[in-house]
Amino acid sequence: MSVPIRLQPDETFILNVGPQHPATHGVLRVKMEMDGEYIVSAETVIGYIHRMHEKMGEIKTYPQFYMNLSRMDYLGALGYSHGHVLLIEKAAGIEVPERAEYIRAITVELNRIASHLFWFGAFVMDLGGFSPLMYALQDREYILDMLERITGSRLTYSYYRFGGLYNDIDDQFIESVKKFIPRMRKSLKKYHKLVTGNIIFRKRLEGNAILSKETCRKYGASSAVARGSGINYDVRRNEPYSVYPEFNFDIPVYHECDSMARYKVRMDEIEQSLRIIEQGIAKLPDGPIMPKKAPKIIKPPKGDYYQAVETARGNFGIRLVSDGTKNPYRLKLRSPTYSNMHLFDETCTGLLIMDALAFMGSLDLVIPEIDR
Amino acid sequence: MVTYFSEIISGLWSLVLGLSVTFVEFIRPNVTVQYPYEKLEMPERFRGHIQLIGDEEGRPNCIVCMMCQRACPSGCISLSGKKEEGQKKKTLNSYILDFTTCSLCGSCVESCNFNALEYSKEYNLASTRKEDFIIDLLKRLEEQNS
Amino acid sequence: MELTLLNVVIAVTIAIGFAALNAAYLVWAERRGAGRIQNRPGPNINGPLGLLQPPLDGIKLMAKQLIIPGGADKALFIAAPVLAMAPAIVSFVTLPFSDTIIAHNLNIGVLAIFAFASLGGISLLFAGWSSRNKYAVMSSVRAVSQAIAYEIPMLVTVITVVLITGTMNLMEIVEAQKGGIWNWYFFPFTSGLYNPLMTMSFLIFFICALAETNRAPFDLGEAESELVAGFHTEYGSMGFGLFFMGEYANIVIGSCLTTLLFLGGWDAPLPVLSFIPGVVWFLIKIYLIIATIIWIRWTFPRTTIYGLLNLSWKILIPLSLFNLLLTAGLLKVV
Repeated sequence: MSVPIRLQPDETFILNVGPQHPATHGVLRVKMEMDGEYIVSAETVIGYIHRMHEKMGEIKTYPQFYMNLSRMDYLGALGYSHGHVLLIEKAAGIEVPERAEYIRAITVELNRIASHLFWFGAFVMDLGGFSPLMYALQDREYILDMLERITGSRLTYSYYRFGGLYNDIDDQFIESVKKFIPRMRKSLKKYHKLVTGNIIFRKRLEGNAILSKETCRKYGASSAVARGSGINYDVRRNEPYSVYPEFNFDIPVYHECDSMARYKVRMDEIEQSLRIIEQGIAKLPDGPIMPKKAPKIIKPPKGDYYQAVETARGNFGIRLVSDGTKNPYRLKLRSPTYSNMHLFDETCTGLLIMDALAFMGSLDLVIPEIDR
Repeated sequence: MVTYFSEIISGLWSLVLGLSVTFVEFIRPNVTVQYPYEKLEMPERFRGHIQLIGDEEGRPNCIVCMMCQRACPSGCISLSGKKEEGQKKKTLNSYILDFTTCSLCGSCVESCNFNALEYSKEYNLASTRKEDFIIDLLKRLEEQNS
Repeated sequence: MELTLLNVVIAVTIAIGFAALNAAYLVWAERRGAGRIQNRPGPNINGPLGLLQPPLDGIKLMAKQLIIPGGADKALFIAAPVLAMAPAIVSFVTLPFSDTIIAHNLNIGVLAIFAFASLGGISLLFAGWSSRNKYAVMSSVRAVSQAIAYEIPMLVTVITVVLITGTMNLMEIVEAQKGGIWNWYFFPFTSGLYNPLMTMSFLIFFICALAETNRAPFDLGEAESELVAGFHTEYGSMGFGLFFMGEYANIVIGSCLTTLLFLGGWDAPLPVLSFIPGVVWFLIKIYLIIATIIWIRWTFPRTTIYGLLNLSWKILIPLSLFNLLLTAGLLKVV
């Protein structure tokens, strides 16, 4: 021990967060260059769960590929399926019965609430609070039970079909939805009391990881990430699709640009989704759920088609280049978290590791959806 | 100075509010199902792996039209049949479901026009051996009949 | 009691037994309590109410291999868990449980316990440093800065109490609070000394005790969503078991101290109730405090490192210092 240790004041070290790390919620790897607890630079490394969904889209027929969409995002599967069926219906010119569209909207919004609830729980758990996750899961379980009853599955629903739905909903489902709405409003109050108002929670999130409007635009961020930075953009409002123009709902926008704003946007979105469900149930028309002449074999005419939907995670775009055969020529999936995640590298510079991970939680990343 | 103290007081109050929420939850009953001891009924539309439907005599309804095999996105169904002499329809010889690649999408059931396939309600499908997931559905139907 | 070898052995044995039993069953209580808070039963399979869970967990941990990571500082790596557990046990020797049950009545009991408690920080530093893991090092650095930040307000509040009683002997501190709940030092208008800020001091002491024992919301050392498992990331087997037990033993000591300094020790809340033995009152009080600590853990999210230091330096230290001055002034006047 005779050699004195030389201190190097500018020495940094590399910290590998992930691919197996509790904060990344999946197999995302973040290579962080650290100066003590401060992040000098970070680089997100993706591809650990790449499953070639786009390539599969090229080699499979349209109905065969449809099942893959549910597997992209296991928390908000219906939103992605919705985008796909809307696109194929647009391309192949299939008329959708109104009842089917209403049921689609109701189930998508239920799924959005389920996804936001899970995010809420996981986010608070990232910050060290365990119990809110369990409360959120109780409410989510209620939604999953309802959806399981009508779709037959709890996560990978595959409920929609080109032209309509696989199964109709029944009175019991409507009853349970009607019961769910007041229950969820009560739970929201509980969450606000337990988490939103909490001084520790507020101190951690207020002013954490400021994302400017410009950064959001630069990276093409959407969902609560953009709306928390004051960008009033929601596909349901800006590029209306399905029956959303019939509904009366608000787009929550906050201008604080911090993690708290993103949190508040999502919590408000739960309330807005409840409103949509309420109106959807009230307006639900009778009628068939599949068109009379649904084509057996889907062969969209040659051309280029695009459809964007607002999923729980943001602006999901799906582009189809058809050459008139049973398989698409090219199917491009624009996943929202892919854009949202890339904000992380730039924004977390100079943050403490715990703030950076709180910020990562506020982005609502679902890794299989990034890698596709 | 006033904000300093009011922040302390309001912060403490928010903590007390949080504690009150968890206390109320503390005295509420359990919501969990003690799984191996209690089991939930699977809903009617639950999508388990597929199984064959038999007629009254226990023979499968399947007429080997191969629609399910063609509809399957993962190619996990393989079936074969032959035409017995004197009969109009083909009879099923074997129906193998490779559950290792099945993603439970249900395309096969939907594509079937002869009411020959349905979803089972089975969900306890864990095993350490791959062979356990190569399911012979014809054998399964016989077992169900007996 | 005389300080003979036999007495020391007996006292230490009892202390180890008490600490180990508490550690084991507090884990059980914590898991059951967390389960209740989250509307689920918690461990309930092994034995009635899951009461056999802790011994079985212990057996499982002991049956595991102790893996020392390559490149680790072996001596420190092995010493750290022992260092985490040993001071906790030694502290029990000077803690009185009632006016008769005490292993060794030290004149400077309070001081001794704080001296031992400071060793806990060193064990975390050793563990983090020796296991050659970046997460562990970061965690141990956090733990040390936290320990430094929170020992100051804690000691200042203790000095406040010592000023009032004029002794560091824990027995005498409790004797000074005798005679019912209005005489305990957490009560705002403790008889003989009309200091309205004593409740605040009690709160400060309680918060510091939480922070000293690395409990939520101050569990930055083992922030599992950031630093994986913090300083004991690399520990398996009984090495981890000792850290775990040490943590719970420290919680017991923290709540014992809170009880002795502010809640009247073994004194009955009403003089009428003093027919119940003092040790029963003492145990009721410490377990109530422990229940509160568990309750807090399952309610709040974790603070940040700067939030924690801000709380200490900007709020707790000034307030506790103010109360120290006020108490000193009141003592002069009254």
